[in-house]
Amino acid sequence: MKFTIKAALLCSAFAVAGPAMAAGTHPVTGEALADSQTYTYRMLDDVKSFDPQINTDVEGSHILRDLFEGLVNSDPQGNSVPGAAESWEVSEDGLTYTFKLRDAKWSNGDPVTAGDFVYAWRRLADPATASEYAWYMELMGVENATKIVAGEAEVDTLGVTAVDDKTLEVKIDAPRPYFPGMLTHASTFPVNQKVLEAHGNDWTKPGNLVGNGAYVLTDYVPGVKVVRERNPMYWDNDNTILETVTALVINDENIALTRYDAGEVDKTEVPAGQYPALKEKLPDETYSTPRSCSYIYMFNLGENGPEALKDVRVRKAMSYALNRDVIVNNILKGGQYPSYNWTHQKTAGFEMPDIEYATWTQEEREAKAKELLAEAGYGEGGKPLELTLNYNTSEAHKKIAIAASQMWKQTLGANVTLANFEWKVHLDKLRNGDFGMARYAWCGDYNEPSTYTDLFTTTSGHNNGKFSNEKYDELAKAAKTSDNPAEEYKQMEQILADEMPIVPVYQYTNVVMVKPDLKGYPFEDLMNNIYSRRMYKVAE
Amino acid sequence: MLGFVIRRVAMAVPVILILIVFSFVLMRAAPGGPFTKERALPPVVLENINAKYGLDDPFLVQIGTYLKNILFHFDFGPSFVYQDRTVNQIIADGFPVTLTYGFWTFVFAVLVGGALGIVAALKQNTWIDYLAVGFSIGAQALPNFIMAPILVLVFTLWLGWLPGGGWWGGPGDPNSYTSYLIMPVIALATSYLASIARLTRSSMLEVMNSNFIRTARAKGLPDRTIILRHTLKPALIPVISYLGPAFVGMITGSVVVDMFLSTGGIGKDFVQAALNRDYSVIMGITILVGMLTIMFNLLVDVLYAWIDPRIRY
Repeated sequence: MKFTIKAALLCSAFAVAGPAMAAGTHPVTGEALADSQTYTYRMLDDVKSFDPQINTDVEGSHILRDLFEGLVNSDPQGNSVPGAAESWEVSEDGLTYTFKLRDAKWSNGDPVTAGDFVYAWRRLADPATASEYAWYMELMGVENATKIVAGEAEVDTLGVTAVDDKTLEVKIDAPRPYFPGMLTHASTFPVNQKVLEAHGNDWTKPGNLVGNGAYVLTDYVPGVKVVRERNPMYWDNDNTILETVTALVINDENIALTRYDAGEVDKTEVPAGQYPALKEKLPDETYSTPRSCSYIYMFNLGENGPEALKDVRVRKAMSYALNRDVIVNNILKGGQYPSYNWTHQKTAGFEMPDIEYATWTQEEREAKAKELLAEAGYGEGGKPLELTLNYNTSEAHKKIAIAASQMWKQTLGANVTLANFEWKVHLDKLRNGDFGMARYAWCGDYNEPSTYTDLFTTTSGHNNGKFSNEKYDELAKAAKTSDNPAEEYKQMEQILADEMPIVPVYQYTNVVMVKPDLKGYPFEDLMNNIYSRRMYKVAE
Repeated sequence: MLGFVIRRVAMAVPVILILIVFSFVLMRAAPGGPFTKERALPPVVLENINAKYGLDDPFLVQIGTYLKNILFHFDFGPSFVYQDRTVNQIIADGFPVTLTYGFWTFVFAVLVGGALGIVAALKQNTWIDYLAVGFSIGAQALPNFIMAPILVLVFTLWLGWLPGGGWWGGPGDPNSYTSYLIMPVIALATSYLASIARLTRSSMLEVMNSNFIRTARAKGLPDRTIILRHTLKPALIPVISYLGPAFVGMITGSVVVDMFLSTGGIGKDFVQAALNRDYSVIMGITILVGMLTIMFNLLVDVLYAWIDPRIRY
C-alpha cells in the first residue's frame, strides 16, 4: 500500500516537473532555469526600518532597492543606468537636471508620478520627519536643502519640482558630474503619499507597504526574517526571474556558514580568517571582491591630542612602521588591500597617486621610521613614546590592534596602550576628541572619490582628529567644479601622505559564499548594490 | 496568608518605581546616545531628532512624561532605533516567543533534571549516580553559546532533521512548530537542568538522612510512600527557591538563543537596545523583567508555605 502511494506521488511529481523545466530558460543567456526561483540569504541583523527616508543601514538598503526604485539604478558593474527615470538631461551650467519618468505603477496600481519624488524628497529634508539622512539632501546640493533642514525655509522651497506627472526638475547649488550616481541611494526613493497618510506609522507593515520596486513585502518576522515576493505591477516584471527573496537574520557568522552548508541559505559572509581554507574547499562558491570601505587609525591632532603626534615625523614613523602585509595576509586573510592611501583604490574616477612610501619595501619603511623618530627626539636615547589606541569591540579590530602595537614596540620602541570600548562609547570619545589614536572606518556613500576625500576637510563632521590643511580644503572645493577632478583627488591624497593625519591600514573586500546555482550576483559592483530582480537560479 | 500576599504586592510598587528611576538615570549616564553614529550628524539634524523624541526637555520633565505615559496610557513610547515599531509592539512581537521556549525549557529542565536528581539520590554511590552526576557536571560546564552551534551542526547539517534556526511562521511554514522549538529548548535547558539535578540530589540525600525519615522507615512504611509523601516535598524546597529566579532567567535571559538560533525573542532585543542606546526599549524590557522577577519571587514564597506547613507568614 505504502509503496503504491509513493510510486503514484513520484509519477505525478515527474509529470508536473517535466514541462516546467523545458519552459524555463533565461531570456538573454539561454541557461536552463531551476524550477524553484527562491533566493534566501543571511542578514547579520534585523532591519531598522522599511521607510526609505528613515532607514540608515546597508542591509536595510538591500531590501529597499527591491521594494522601491529610485530615479537611477546602478548596473552590475556599478555604472548609473535609468531606473524610475527613463532618461535625464542636464543644463549647460550643470545646475539643473530634468528627469523623464517612465510609465510605471506602484504595487497598488497607482501611477508613479514626479509628485511622488517631490513628496519623498521634501519629506527627507523636513525637520518634522527628523531623518538621520536629512543631510543627504545637503550632500546632493539640492537647492535650499540646508536652509530647510535648519528650519529656516519652508519645505516647499526645496529645489525639486514636478513640471508635469512625468517630468521632474531638480536644481542643485553647484555642478556635480556624479549627481545621477548619488540617486541610487535609498533615501532618495519615492514613497506613496496616499499610503503614508492612510496608515500613519504602520505604513511599512507587510500588507500596508506600497512600493514601486520589483518586489513587495509579504512577511516580516522581527529578528527572524524578511520575505518579499515578485511585484506583478513592476514595469519590468517580465524580466524578473526570482519569485521569492528571503532574508534570514543570523547573527553568528559560523552558524550562518553551517546553515549555508546545509543548503538553508544561498549566500552568506565568510567568517573572518576562513577565506583561504574555504576557497580551497569550495573554489566555485567563495568570492573576495573589492568593497568601497577604508580602514584607518586616526591621529588626534586637536588640543586634547598627545604632544608627540603634533610632530609629523612621529606620525610618519608610526605609519611606516606598520606592516600592512602582515595584517592583511596573516590576520584578515580575505584578499583585502594593504593600504597606503585613504580613498578605496577601486573607486570610479580615482587614479592612484604615486605615494612614495607605498613603493618601498617594509625594511626600508622601518629604517626610515626609526630615522624620523630619532630626529623628532623620541625612542632610543630620546623621550619615550607613549600612546593610546582606542578601538571598538570586535575580534578582528582587537587582533589588528595587538599586531600593530607589537610592530610599533619592536620597530620604534613605542609603548602603545590598547583601549577597547563598546561602540557607542568609542564614538563618543571620537566626537569629544578624547583619544590619542583611534580606529576608524568609512564606507563610501556613492562611487566617487569625494565620498572619501571630503571627510578630512577642516569643517567635516568626521574629522575628529582635527586635521586642517588650507591647500587640502581648497582642493576639495576645486574638485567639485573641476573638469578632471582626478587630479585634485590625487593631490589631496598626496597631502594626506605628506602630513599623515591618519594611518591607512587596509581597504575592504566583500568576502562571501554564493551557491553555484545562483547567477547574477553583482560581484563587480564596488558599492555592492544588490538588485534581486537581476539574479536567477539555474537548473543543476 | 492573604495579608502577606497583599503586603508583598504593595511593596512591589515602590520597588518598580525605584527600578524605573534608577534605570532611567543609569541609561542616560552611559556615553553616546541612540543617534551617535560613525558619521556625526549635523547639529541641526540632531536638534530636529532630539526635538521629535523629547530628548531636549529637561531631565526631570523626561522622566515625568515617561512615567505619565506608562501609568495612564500603558505606552512605552516609540523605539529610537527601530523607528517603524513602538516598544509595545517590540515586546508584543518578542515576548510570546521567549515565553514559549522559556516555558518548554522550564518543563524540560524540571522534569529531566528532577528525575536525574531523584534517581541519583536513590541509587547513591552506584554507577547510575555517577553517570547522573557526571552528566550534570558536563552539562553545566557547556555554555549555551557553545551548545547552540553544536546543535545546528548536528541536527541541521549532519542529520538534516531540524531547521537551523528561526521561528514558526504559521500554517504555511514547511517546518513544524516543534521543529523550531527543539534546539532553543535544549540549548537553554542544559545548564538549568544540571543545576536542578544536582540540587535535587543533594537535597534528597539530606532529607533521606533525617530523623523523621528514619522514623517512617521504622514504622514500616513502604519505600514508595516514604519517597513520594515524606521525602520529596521537603526536598523540593531548595529546588523551588532556585526555580523562581531560574524561570525568569529562562524567559528573559535568552539572548544567546535569540542570537544564535534567530528565534526573535526579547532577549536579543534587550541586549541590542542597550548597545544601541535605544532608551525606550531598554526601559520597557527592564520594567517587564523587573515585574516578572517580583511576581515569581512572590509565587515562590507562597509555594513554600503550601509545601512546608512549618513555614508561616
